[in-house]
Amino acid sequence: MSAAQIPSLVVENLTTRFGSDRDGATVVDGVSFVLTPGQTMALVGESGSGKSATALSLMRLIEPPGRIIAGRVLLDGRDLLTMPERGMEDVRGGQIGMVFQDPLTSLNPALTIGRQITETILAHRDITPAEAERQAIDLLVRVGVSDAARRIHDYPHHFSGGMRQRVLIASAISCAPAIIIADEPTTALDVTVQAKILRLLHDLQQEMHASMLLITHDLGVVAAMADTVMVMYAGRIVEQTDVDTLFHAPRHPYTKALLACVAGIEDDRSVPLQPISGMAPDLKDLPRGCRFAPRCPLVQDVCRTTDPALRAVSRSHSVACLLVQEETAVV
Amino acid sequence: MGAFLAKRFLGVLPVIFGVSIVIFLLVQLAPGDTATVLLGPQATEAAKEELRRALGLDRPLAVQYFQWLGRVLTGDFGTSIATQIPVLDLVLPRFVNTLILTAASLLLAIVLGYGIGFFTALRANSLFDRIATSCMLMAGSAPPFWLGLVLVLVFAIDLGWFPVSGMEDFAGDGGTMDLLHHLVLPAVTTALGPAAIIARIVRSGILDVLGRAHVRVARSKGLQRRDLLRRHVILNALPPIVTITGLQLGYLLGGALLTEVVFAWPGLGSLLYDSITARDLPVLQAATLLIALAFVLANIAVDAINAMLDPRLREI
Ligand SMILES: Nc1ncnc2c1ncn2[C@@H]1O[C@H](COP(=O)(O)OP(=O)(O)O)[C@@H](O)[C@H]1O
Ligand SMILES: [Mg+2]
Repeated sequence: MSAAQIPSLVVENLTTRFGSDRDGATVVDGVSFVLTPGQTMALVGESGSGKSATALSLMRLIEPPGRIIAGRVLLDGRDLLTMPERGMEDVRGGQIGMVFQDPLTSLNPALTIGRQITETILAHRDITPAEAERQAIDLLVRVGVSDAARRIHDYPHHFSGGMRQRVLIASAISCAPAIIIADEPTTALDVTVQAKILRLLHDLQQEMHASMLLITHDLGVVAAMADTVMVMYAGRIVEQTDVDTLFHAPRHPYTKALLACVAGIEDDRSVPLQPISGMAPDLKDLPRGCRFAPRCPLVQDVCRTTDPALRAVSRSHSVACLLVQEETAVV
Repeated sequence: MGAFLAKRFLGVLPVIFGVSIVIFLLVQLAPGDTATVLLGPQATEAAKEELRRALGLDRPLAVQYFQWLGRVLTGDFGTSIATQIPVLDLVLPRFVNTLILTAASLLLAIVLGYGIGFFTALRANSLFDRIATSCMLMAGSAPPFWLGLVLVLVFAIDLGWFPVSGMEDFAGDGGTMDLLHHLVLPAVTTALGPAAIIARIVRSGILDVLGRAHVRVARSKGLQRRDLLRRHVILNALPPIVTITGLQLGYLLGGALLTEVVFAWPGLGSLLYDSITARDLPVLQAATLLIALAFVLANIAVDAINAMLDPRLREI
């Protein structure tokens, strides 16, 4: 087996709940996937579908009243969900680097940006602060911050949103993590810098041969950057496949509805998800049967009573839809 | 930092000037008439008039004020009308005693307030949090006078752990231990109210910062809990906490003055009480001015600490 085929992260039945057993919501519901080294997997879905909760669960950063109630997250064969907190501290920032949505609030206003990069390095490497500072300067140069040697002494409020996201990316990749998780890294940024930041992330991921979980609601970004895609709806993965199949032969009615809004997609063009008609279900009060049934144009009676599981329809394509299963049974 | 402090000092000069006017005028409001108090109720109107002229009390208030200010600026606070002792000799030792009580109370309020606030925030809504928070609420809303008397009853009279009043034991060695022994009850009495307020502010401040996005980012870096709390939570929570602590310093000073009367602590509080009764204006004025100055200096110290903590303030 070549290195490229050894999965770097295996997620099985990840389930995360907010609130109490009686009055709560399962916001990540039995999510399973595999991240392959050197590949980018996109996670798309409308707001509130559980994308961030999935990413935070992988890092075990879910805070009360939320908690992970089931599943396994295997990294090099070790389950992150049962690992002691100390071990998890090594994983965070060391083996998995995370980039968050809002660079304006993600940096600590009371610390210099140099400090906010070196503290990541020093948490994982046994080197002197001076050496960490040299590395921080190199990292800043690498992510495109000019005059880095001087700017490491500046505080975040001297940086624009795009520059802050570069700083945060520098910190996230400072220990050469095998996995990068980027949760809508450009949503809060000016459109003119969005493409630059995404290109930077893409280039870094390629250089480091890392795998990336890229959360986005921009189908143009998916087309440009991802190798594989997961579509999330109300806490569940409803379709999972490679990027070509997703755009050319989507099977789930929800995916189809999303794509219908953006006919004729081209690389590198920003195509934000369009809201489709109807309302996302209340996670505290889910409909019986398929969660998408109330909004589904193809809904059948069976959809309102039976909850569809995610099933493989081909070697690299899984769909959670009762109608699709029937279709494949016939074919 | 030097320029910052210089600017702050220049900025408070008008404040101090205003304060001196207010003090001068307020002191005039003390009940009674100086000449009557000094000469007794039997004194003739002519004798009183004579005394007023001698003390300069017959001139217009504005003239009296500027004469007083001129003398104060040269360090001359005059002589106590009631005791004929130079005001500074009377006031300064008392002021030091008040500062000792205030400093001890501040230390206690900080240790209690910061400690309880911090740990209740980290365990927010736990049983420990609820118990500690209600205890602080009760302790904080008890009037200091009453609190002082209860503490004396329990710890001085019933248990005999601490002396009932005063600042030193005449039989004792008069050393630091003796002083600390006498200090405990008045300091606790003065500190509890401010400690409760500080604890509440610390708790909500830490909770607020814990919910901020940069804390989650810091956790995603794999920092150890200790570093995370120190650099990404406490450092950010401190500015409002330091400000509130500085404000409490005012209350502590005021509270100490009251506590002094309960515990017969020989500080400015008891002196103020006596000089109001005796309408000893020079003493009253000097004492209140010293208190106001202490207050202003404390505020500058608070601003300086905050400027060190927050890079954005430092650049203004
Ligand atoms: N701290 C929290 N407490 C309660 N519910 C939460 C919390 N964080 C997220 N949720 C809920 O979890 C669901 C998924 O949220 P999220 O993962 O942020 O969605 P997405 O990133 O896809 O927009 C939402 O319904 C949201 O209301
Ligand atoms: Mg999100």
